[in-house]
Amino acid sequence: MSTQPHRTWTPPYGMRMALELQIPSDVRYIERIVGLVMRQCEELDFPRQKCALNVPVALSEALSNAILRGNREDPRKQVHVRSAIDGDTLVVEIADEGAGFDMVKAMRRDPTAPENLSREDGRGLFLMHHLMDRVEHFSNPWNVVRLTLHR
Amino acid sequence: MSFSIKKQQDIVVVDVEGQLIVGNRQELKQKVLDELERGERKFLIDFSQTGYIDSSGLGVLVSLSKKIREQGGELRLANLNDDLKTLFELTKLDTLFQIADTRERALESF
Repeated sequence: MSTQPHRTWTPPYGMRMALELQIPSDVRYIERIVGLVMRQCEELDFPRQKCALNVPVALSEALSNAILRGNREDPRKQVHVRSAIDGDTLVVEIADEGAGFDMVKAMRRDPTAPENLSREDGRGLFLMHHLMDRVEHFSNPWNVVRLTLHR
Repeated sequence: MSFSIKKQQDIVVVDVEGQLIVGNRQELKQKVLDELERGERKFLIDFSQTGYIDSSGLGVLVSLSKKIREQGGELRLANLNDDLKTLFELTKLDTLFQIADTRERALESF
């Protein structure tokens, strides 16, 4: 008689999921989009904290920047989101219709320095970079931020 | 997000339910400032029902902390789960706020 436990479920590491969507420049959509991508991560069994903290916060920041800074909340402008996840990696691209920005310049102030701790702003890009394994920024010609997170 | 505000002794206790993010943080800020305007000086924000917080949510907490202190008041945060604690540690905001593990400890600390 076999002493192996009977497995009724195997981890979905061979699976790949992709979603692609477009939203108007309205911050009220952010929570819903973040929810969709969080569910992708949960489906692929990403570690709990990455699903509950890293992904929602970094993605919220990127979407918020795209809507408020990139598209300046212009309702005629869209934000395009592509999210692909497989057994190892999540890659999310957030594209806005703005002119782009200098990410290096935008990050020159360290929000954790004592003199900046009482500032209300300046933490968005910092969090994106610290919660994701890679943050890339390019034009295609939309202004695109690509976030990569490994399992 | 929704939040409830109640008074416990002379402390205004705010429960944040859901996410504290760019789309809703202004509402929290306004409600707390209204209480401050009414003369309240002790505030506790309880995060036991909170999901995630983004940088603008953190910004509102920093702003409230400043405004409350300027009026001679005090602010405590309570019930940050492990993910929120990580967020506060990452941004070093755990050094700016008085954070208690439980609501009871926070209430006692005033």
